[in-house]
Amino acid sequence: MTPAREGALTADARGARSSLASLTMIDVVDVSRRYEGDQAALDHLSLHVAEGECLALLGPSGSGKSTLLNLIAGLDRPTEGTVTVGGTRVDRLGEAAAARYRRATIGLVFQFFNLLDDLTVTDNVLLPAQIAGRPAGDARRRARELLGTLGIDRHADAYPGRLSGGERQRVAVARALMNRPPLLLADEPTGALDTASGAEVRKLLIDLHADGQTIILVTHDEVLASAVATRTVRLVDGQAA
Amino acid sequence: MSAIRTVVRGAQRRRVSTIVIIAATAMAVTATVLAGLLLAASSRPFANAFAAQHGAHLTAFFDAAKTTERQAAATAAQAGQSAGPFPVAMVATRLDGMPPGGPGLPPLQVAGRADPGGDAVDRVTLLTGHWPRAADEIVIARTNLRLPAGTTLKLANGSTLKVVGEARSISRSAGGWMTPGGVTALGATGWQMLYRYADAGTEAAMTAHATALGPDARTQSWIGVRNDAAHRTQLFVPLLSAFGLIGLALAALVIGNVTAGTIASATRRIGVMKALGLTPSQVVRACLVQALIPGGIGAILGIVAGDLLAVPLTADVADLFGTVPMSVTPWVDAAAIVAAVLVIAATAAPAAWRAARLRTVDALAVGRTPRGGRGRFAARLAARSGLPRPLSLGLAQPFTRPARLLVMLLTIGLGTAAATFAIGLAGSLRAIQAADQKPATSADVVVLSGPDTEVADPRTVLDGVPGTGSYYGRGPAEIIVDGLREAAQGTVTVGDARAAGYEMLEGRWYAEPGEAVVTTGFLTATGKHIGDTVTGTGHGPLTLVGETFDGSANNHLYTDAASVPDLAAPFEWYVKLKPGTDLAVYLAALKDKHIPAEATQVEGADGTLIILDSLTALLTALLVSVAALGVLNAVVLDSRDRVHDIGVHKSVGMTPKQTALMVIASIGIPGLAGGAAGVPAGYVLHHWAVPAMARGAGIRLPHSTIEVYAPALLAALALAGLILAAAGALLPAGWAARTRTAVALRTE
Repeated sequence: MTPAREGALTADARGARSSLASLTMIDVVDVSRRYEGDQAALDHLSLHVAEGECLALLGPSGSGKSTLLNLIAGLDRPTEGTVTVGGTRVDRLGEAAAARYRRATIGLVFQFFNLLDDLTVTDNVLLPAQIAGRPAGDARRRARELLGTLGIDRHADAYPGRLSGGERQRVAVARALMNRPPLLLADEPTGALDTASGAEVRKLLIDLHADGQTIILVTHDEVLASAVATRTVRLVDGQAA
Repeated sequence: MSAIRTVVRGAQRRRVSTIVIIAATAMAVTATVLAGLLLAASSRPFANAFAAQHGAHLTAFFDAAKTTERQAAATAAQAGQSAGPFPVAMVATRLDGMPPGGPGLPPLQVAGRADPGGDAVDRVTLLTGHWPRAADEIVIARTNLRLPAGTTLKLANGSTLKVVGEARSISRSAGGWMTPGGVTALGATGWQMLYRYADAGTEAAMTAHATALGPDARTQSWIGVRNDAAHRTQLFVPLLSAFGLIGLALAALVIGNVTAGTIASATRRIGVMKALGLTPSQVVRACLVQALIPGGIGAILGIVAGDLLAVPLTADVADLFGTVPMSVTPWVDAAAIVAAVLVIAATAAPAAWRAARLRTVDALAVGRTPRGGRGRFAARLAARSGLPRPLSLGLAQPFTRPARLLVMLLTIGLGTAAATFAIGLAGSLRAIQAADQKPATSADVVVLSGPDTEVADPRTVLDGVPGTGSYYGRGPAEIIVDGLREAAQGTVTVGDARAAGYEMLEGRWYAEPGEAVVTTGFLTATGKHIGDTVTGTGHGPLTLVGETFDGSANNHLYTDAASVPDLAAPFEWYVKLKPGTDLAVYLAALKDKHIPAEATQVEGADGTLIILDSLTALLTALLVSVAALGVLNAVVLDSRDRVHDIGVHKSVGMTPKQTALMVIASIGIPGLAGGAAGVPAGYVLHHWAVPAMARGAGIRLPHSTIEVYAPALLAALALAGLILAAAGALLPAGWAARTRTAVALRTE
């Protein structure tokens, strides 16, 4: 058994802010995830993230970044180890409980946006609240507020296919924030964007973190990580380097 | 070719989809085989069976007292082909265990034949059991009176015959068959000869052939048998044709949808292969091969299942038509395979062409909502409906693929139409039987009278027996009417016979002597109309004041006994008891006064009704299953297509239950709309087919036998479309609910 290793910390310009955070939000302990053929995507990894922190997970393709994100989001289960988020043992949740956990706790932003093309921007943003059964009036107010804050309110009735990549990613962020999740998980949020759109999204994440949003960011982009994250963890072959 | 194999293999790895495709195709091909058989069996059933059995154009009976066996055999020279002479005997039997004085079975004309099919003419088809081997064994001709193998018949002399099988002769040459030695032992009364002629097409030719046999020959022409059979076959052809056509349409729809879906499911793989250099023509070939492999497996399984199911089906159809079961028909199998391949190819070709022209980038973006903006209006409307979001998402979803929605609508619609039609048909048949039995069921007691009974006119006694309510008398009569070649079957009544509850089609029941009510058959035979007067012998002019329903389509006339003054009909008196009267006490009271009486009895469902019931149940179950599998296939395809979107929904917190609800809701609109469209379609089909069946049989049906659908039943049937669709969606809903989010999201 390989001993668990704490993810290496890399202090950056925003390190001071993370030190303000005292409560542990995410506790990943000795987690492994193996797929068919016993290939380990994660290998006895341990990681702790404090509330209000913005952690960047860096590493080459296949290093286990997205797998870790999936485990924290309750989209997948570890083969070994425990994942606790906000006091909830995510690795023990069944499908229904995991869905409820995601509604309440997680906002997900994907590289390719994952917007539903047959729904308008507003309807995409409303989706998490509607699935959670939140009152329609409150949900609409929240959606308007988010679209306004993110500068895409003029596209409220448009369909995602007509928007630029940067605008689509803003819609995806708005959807992720709809239920006011304590934790925002972003998987390569600028990976599919051109430089200008990438910069837009980078600024958006900086602003969100400045407002106290806990964020875990998976990226290849060192510039994005250094601009946004308070801490970075580099993964190589499923382990913290 | 290896690139094509890669595309095909990829599609086959999707086990659920492949199994569903094979099952749906198999079921559809089974329906095609059975529908084809129904249509084939309904096309000239008598002629086909007559040809298959080498039926006898003329059946002759020679009395042994006047004609020797050798003389009978000598008549063979007059025909092209012949069989016989076979010894013939008339036997009176009763079922073993019945008391000697009790009712017997109808007398049987038994022919002695060594085997059923060895003769050149009238090759009898053995339906069950085996041909008689011993002198005390008998095979019975299958009629409405069913005497299964194992039944023991008792003869008047105390000896017994054992029924060892049932058989059918399309020529109706005998009521039963025994070994020649067995018939001789019974006491043969004559000889049977069977003939086939080169010229047997006209009544005149047959009359000439019969005359040529001499005055001692009693003959039966095939034309009479054919006309009688035609009456029966015409009754059921519309019914079976309707089922056959629905089956073919449903099968074509399901196979087409399955094929299109199979190709659509390989789009991403095709995209990858195109990116690696697969040419459009290779794409087309790959698509065709991919569609034909599961389609071909399904078709073969469907043929096997169809041939297996054909055995009970064709037996039922043969019983309905009074013909012999069709054997497994290779040309129907071949036609079903060709039809299936054609439908697969016709559907696959455009789908393959589309796939070949699809931009590689679009092909790679599988798993998402179809592009092109279809269904957005529905999505917007659903989003504002205020319904729970999983429900509204599901309801809007089919509109993104209008063609698939249309196919699903038609599939559910046809399934619902089949169920509506079948239920209506069963209701009509029961109503027809009830209407037919009403004269018997409308009274509580029937009292017999006549020369053999001690009290010639029971009316004198009935009035004095406590509990007697109303009563009327009814007796048979042959009434000679000018313009009719033969006397009409008549029923004369005494008292108020309206209590019998005869169903009126037109006009009213007669109110006085000199008026008559007739059946449709009578009006057809005489060319008369209600309001006309008929004349004849033994009665004065009779004014036809009403037309009544008679399920037997006989040429029948009802009138007051006083209209036929010279008639001395043996009457039966139908008594309706006063409320609260004990039937047993009443019958005992009549017995004390030497009045023979018994409680009226409702006849059980007759054999035809039972066959029709089982036939419609089989066909309906098959068609509904095909429809459900069609829905299952469509929803599986849809769920596969949208697996990425399902992943997105789950990533934002949709629970497995909500996911299942969304998938099931996706068939809500096609289910409701298909049900709503299928019910009127089935209703219209029923209202066309049932009167058409009746017209074929030469009868008109009362309103009550057609209007068998209660509003609540129609509403339930409309909802049945939804239930059918939901049943088809359950499996893919479960699959969607179980799909792991991370896996679903990787589908890009």
